[in-house]
Amino acid sequence: MKFGSGAMTNSVAEIAENKAIFVIGSNTTENHPIIALRMKEAVANGAELIVADPRKIPLVKFATLWLRHRPGTDATLLNSIMNVILAEGLEDKKFIDERTEGYEDFVKSIEPFTPEYGAEITGVAADDIVKAGRIFGSAENAGIYYAMGITQHSMGTNNVCAVGNLAMVTGNIGKYASGVNPLRGQNNVQGACDMGGLPNVYPGYQKVDVPANQEKFEKGWGKSLSAKVGLAATEMTGAMLDGSLKGMYIFGENPALSDPNTTHSVKAFKSLEFLVVQDLFMTDTAQLADVVLPGASFAEKDGTFTSSERRVQRVRKAVNSPGEAKTDLAIIDQIYKRIDGEGDLGKTVEASDVFDEAVSFWPAMAGMSYRRLEADSLQWPCPTEDHAGTRFLFEETFNRENGKALFTAVPFVASKELPDKEYPFVLTTGRELFHYHTGTMTRRSSGLNTVAPEAFVEVNPADAEVLGVGDGQRLTVSSRRGSIRLKARVSNIVPPNVIFIPFHYKEAAANLLTSDAMDPVCKIMEAKVCAVKIEV
Amino acid sequence: MINLTIDDKQIEVDEGTTVLEAAKELGVPIPTLCHDDRLKPFGACRLCIVEIAGMPKPVTSCTTPATDGMVVKTVSEKLHRLRKTTVELLLSDHPNDCMVCISSGECKLQELAYLYGIRENRFTGEMRDHNKIDTNPFITREQNKCVMCGLCVRVCEEVQGVGAIGYAERGFEARVTPPFGQNLDCEFCGQCVSICPTGALSGGIWAGKPRGDSVKFTDTTCTYCGCGCNITLRSSGDEVVRVDSDKDNHNRGWLCVKGRFGFEFINSKDRLTTPLIRREKGGQFEKATWEEALDYVAGRFTEIKDKNGADAVAGLCSARCTNEENYLFQKLMRAGIGTNNVDHCARY
Repeated sequence: MKFGSGAMTNSVAEIAENKAIFVIGSNTTENHPIIALRMKEAVANGAELIVADPRKIPLVKFATLWLRHRPGTDATLLNSIMNVILAEGLEDKKFIDERTEGYEDFVKSIEPFTPEYGAEITGVAADDIVKAGRIFGSAENAGIYYAMGITQHSMGTNNVCAVGNLAMVTGNIGKYASGVNPLRGQNNVQGACDMGGLPNVYPGYQKVDVPANQEKFEKGWGKSLSAKVGLAATEMTGAMLDGSLKGMYIFGENPALSDPNTTHSVKAFKSLEFLVVQDLFMTDTAQLADVVLPGASFAEKDGTFTSSERRVQRVRKAVNSPGEAKTDLAIIDQIYKRIDGEGDLGKTVEASDVFDEAVSFWPAMAGMSYRRLEADSLQWPCPTEDHAGTRFLFEETFNRENGKALFTAVPFVASKELPDKEYPFVLTTGRELFHYHTGTMTRRSSGLNTVAPEAFVEVNPADAEVLGVGDGQRLTVSSRRGSIRLKARVSNIVPPNVIFIPFHYKEAAANLLTSDAMDPVCKIMEAKVCAVKIEV
Repeated sequence: MINLTIDDKQIEVDEGTTVLEAAKELGVPIPTLCHDDRLKPFGACRLCIVEIAGMPKPVTSCTTPATDGMVVKTVSEKLHRLRKTTVELLLSDHPNDCMVCISSGECKLQELAYLYGIRENRFTGEMRDHNKIDTNPFITREQNKCVMCGLCVRVCEEVQGVGAIGYAERGFEARVTPPFGQNLDCEFCGQCVSICPTGALSGGIWAGKPRGDSVKFTDTTCTYCGCGCNITLRSSGDEVVRVDSDKDNHNRGWLCVKGRFGFEFINSKDRLTTPLIRREKGGQFEKATWEEALDYVAGRFTEIKDKNGADAVAGLCSARCTNEENYLFQKLMRAGIGTNNVDHCARY
């Protein structure tokens, strides 16, 4: 992290005032439809929109320029765009001088990435790379928006660094209507991260292996804590299989369908001595459990969610849970008290009390309370009771020791599994508008399931012709890890040699095929690129 | 800046402000049917007419820019008569079925008919016979209730950027329709449904659900993607019957198909309703009481921790659950069990 924070730097409403917008690795209209409305508004206001995506996503219709790069070549595309910006003198010298470091090494690292070299690697015409550099480099203020198309790669960290470099070199960070903006795929990914749902940090991104942090939380919680960084979800699979991990507690997640290479992860869950799953439904993961606990939906609970733009908002109970289902908070509290051997089992935990405790550990949310959130939502950082919250980050300084943002040289790295003779197609995965994640909720909503009832694979017409496949025909798609059968959707949305499968459908689970190759830094898996073959 | 007078009240507004906007700022109510301040002015319904000194005829306030020194009258006998006639004409071929209409109580036309006290209509005659069309599960179209305000067409084009519907035919036969009268095939965001002033457009899954006093409104946050849209859950008893969104929210009342129409999972018959325990590997799930299940879970985790160390236990918290739940869960893993093995699916 070169700025020292992981969230949208700017706010959604500001998008409408961007002069240029660069969307890469985000199918925004389908995955973040309401954020996409602001992009469309910006275009209507005269902004230039650059979309970089191997698929002809719906947003392309609104774009000034569409860069159809090969899957997995994002960093090279970004580097070659920055090569143009430097070659044409479009960089923001004042911003670079005053607010960044590592610039010289970065400039050197960009030298080889000429538009011609970029074109060779990414498949995008050199002219278009030049155009993109000019549009983004000369815009008064410009924002970058990305999602899993950037991160779910074995070099995902590199990609994110390249995105950051582009914002820094053009001075598009720390100011209104610009920024580096990861769009979070779930209602509360931001909050789950903020609250310490990560193996290396306590709430508020305070590292567990820094003694002062450990001491702070030991004092706050009155317990001695481990200084050892925990296992990332992707590493847990291996630990289950080698027997070092024996018990697991999972709530509100369905990794048996969402994990890349699910055959492998299902085997891992089966090898556990004890698995507890807490969910709304008997999910694929719950079926593997020893104990299943009925949780509550968002409509049945009080609490807060934090959106992509760091906005903390109230969730309010509207209805009672069915049967004996309980809120997840009440269940976790009961288990905690039982394991701890302390606390009154007869007392119900209050969401607002937990909120107060959580924010007391993190200055960025310390100024928030249910009383304030009742009136309106607040965007962190909001350090004090009289602070109005923060629309965009890093106006004065970055969250690094010397306050400066750091350029990172990003080399070309190829995806782990590229097509070959046996597996000649690249599979990329994602979501469609009508479903959400593993479909446990949307496939139980009658309307959504009526218009999007079954899995499909998008195949380019040229490939379909060679394969002799017609639209709607069933075919078998296989990778080195698994095989699924589903209907072909012959479409120009995908380029030749690339196929797309949404991962919502358990009867043809895309993640049986995907690769569990991992980014060495952030431990994300390469769900966006793997090699597959197609049989009729 | 521009100074004008509306109903004897003075106001100063920016250049480009319409008379309707200026009146709104002053708190002077002007009836409208085709206006929404999130869209461009349209001037179709003629209800927002006002009298402006120096102008020979009443003009639509939504399309008239305020000018310096303008003197505006929003209430007069003439305006009342003209507006009432407009509403009467709209009602003349409108089905008089408010009692069973899904939009009763929230219908702007119904409210206008009430305000102008229109019980009988001077303009009885032929009624339109445009069919009720609902070939998709989300959006039910009752074309006979359409007042041709164009809000749906405009929101689809101006906001959603889809342009799934347009106008066809002229005069009495004029209607809103997808190209070539085909079935509606769009993103089903329902922006059009949310903005329709009458019962012409409604949610397919709302039909037959309670709509009156028994319905409770709860403001909350959408459970799907990271946009964080503000929604209002309408519930009757323990059933969620409708989702909508207020236009003063940061999402301006706009929602997507999942947020607006993807709520049935809440009351799905597939919901888990009781704790289940599988006592031995390969065995069947058995129903259990909470006491039993919670004791069993706590006991087994403690056993594993005592035998193999705290790091033999791990937890996955949830990007779909609340901050409070995630906080307490990581605290359970860290302080209760003693391991940092806690993560979630931020990477998927």
